[in-house]
Amino acid sequence: MNIDFITEYIPMYVEAAKLTLRLGLTGILFSLVIGIFCSLSGYYRIPVLRQITAAYIELSRNTPLLVQLFFLYFGLPKLGIMLSSESCAIIGLSFLGGSYMAEAFRSGLESIERTQIESALAIGLSHPQAMRYVVFPQALAVSVPALCANVIFLIKETSVFSVVALADLMYVAKDLIGLYYQTDEALLMLVIAYLILLLPISLAAGFLERRLRYAGFGN
Amino acid sequence: MQDLGIRVLFMGNNFIRLLGGLWITVKISLISVALSILLGILLGMVMTLKNPVTRFFTKVYLEFIRIMPQLVLLFLVYFGATKSFGIQLSGQVSAVIVFTLWGTAEMGDLVRGALISIPKHQYESGAALGLENRQIYRYIIIPQTLRRLVPLAINLTTRMIKTTSLIVLIGVVEVMKVAQQIIEANRYTVPDSALWIYGTIFFLYFIVFWPVSRLAARMEKRWAN
Repeated sequence: MNIDFITEYIPMYVEAAKLTLRLGLTGILFSLVIGIFCSLSGYYRIPVLRQITAAYIELSRNTPLLVQLFFLYFGLPKLGIMLSSESCAIIGLSFLGGSYMAEAFRSGLESIERTQIESALAIGLSHPQAMRYVVFPQALAVSVPALCANVIFLIKETSVFSVVALADLMYVAKDLIGLYYQTDEALLMLVIAYLILLLPISLAAGFLERRLRYAGFGN
Repeated sequence: MQDLGIRVLFMGNNFIRLLGGLWITVKISLISVALSILLGILLGMVMTLKNPVTRFFTKVYLEFIRIMPQLVLLFLVYFGATKSFGIQLSGQVSAVIVFTLWGTAEMGDLVRGALISIPKHQYESGAALGLENRQIYRYIIIPQTLRRLVPLAINLTTRMIKTTSLIVLIGVVEVMKVAQQIIEANRYTVPDSALWIYGTIFFLYFIVFWPVSRLAARMEKRWAN
């Protein structure tokens, strides 16, 4: 182990981790929006839109992010659509994440029984109120474990961003291995960087799940 | 619309080569899946033990494998093993090792979940009916466990095959690499082939996985009790 080497190149990893985190979080944010939109269009059975979102979900869940990125970054420019590396990464991650988030929200909404809405209406709540105060809080609590798993999954998926020429953690590690052949040090820092990024999220997810386990009362 | 290079697909044996590339991916992941299922069932059974030592180690193993991106694990084995231990692993072998390690962890967790989801009264009712221990497992526990396990295991399999697309980054010649070769070889005659080639791969993946994931979803629904 070469400690000097490690201290010298820590700043590079910090920069790369920032990039990973920034792109990952932006992608997750868009995924959540897409997910809510898709799950609601399925929940309210909006015609046409429902079929489109269903097709989108199948398409994005059944293809790897790597292939999606290659298509966006190397394929689309042939149609005259030039995207920067960063927008490719964010579009790709949101395209993939949107469907996973949609499934998480959907399973939450489906788990709330009809009797909940009916009871809410019976005690005089209007339909929007019934959704706002009765259905959504419970549905969200049910989907939280899946949502947390998706957040971790999506941040892990950012590791393929180096194929669209982004200097993320994998890229830095591979660069250092190629330049100096300090493989052990580069890989060690890589593992530690991902642990620092993901361990807190994983622990927070566990905490959140325990706190929110109030849904499905009576089951 | 002008010709965007779809003809490249049908030149020579290009399409067959793409399929061959996809087969490398599928082959590596099927080997890993088979190994993972065997090892995962063992790991799952070990994880249900109350022994604190095995609990600790399986937990650490599971968490580490889960938290690390699969690409990092691939780098660790592919580059790390060579440098640290002087073992020269080919890309394919390191891929099988990594995906088996990962698959075993995930499968183990699924098996553990399925095993502890069988309520205790199932064992007790079996015993009350006068079944022997072996019979209880054979006729009551294993069939129920399998029903919960099979759809999840199929999902895991498709996830593993999808993730295997990463092996192009440790230099295995699979479908993406073949695509790059085809595109580069026709760079001058058909400069726009990238769109069609990558688009085709996109749909190839979709066509392979869509039926499988539908099957898993249907089994899950039918067997939910």
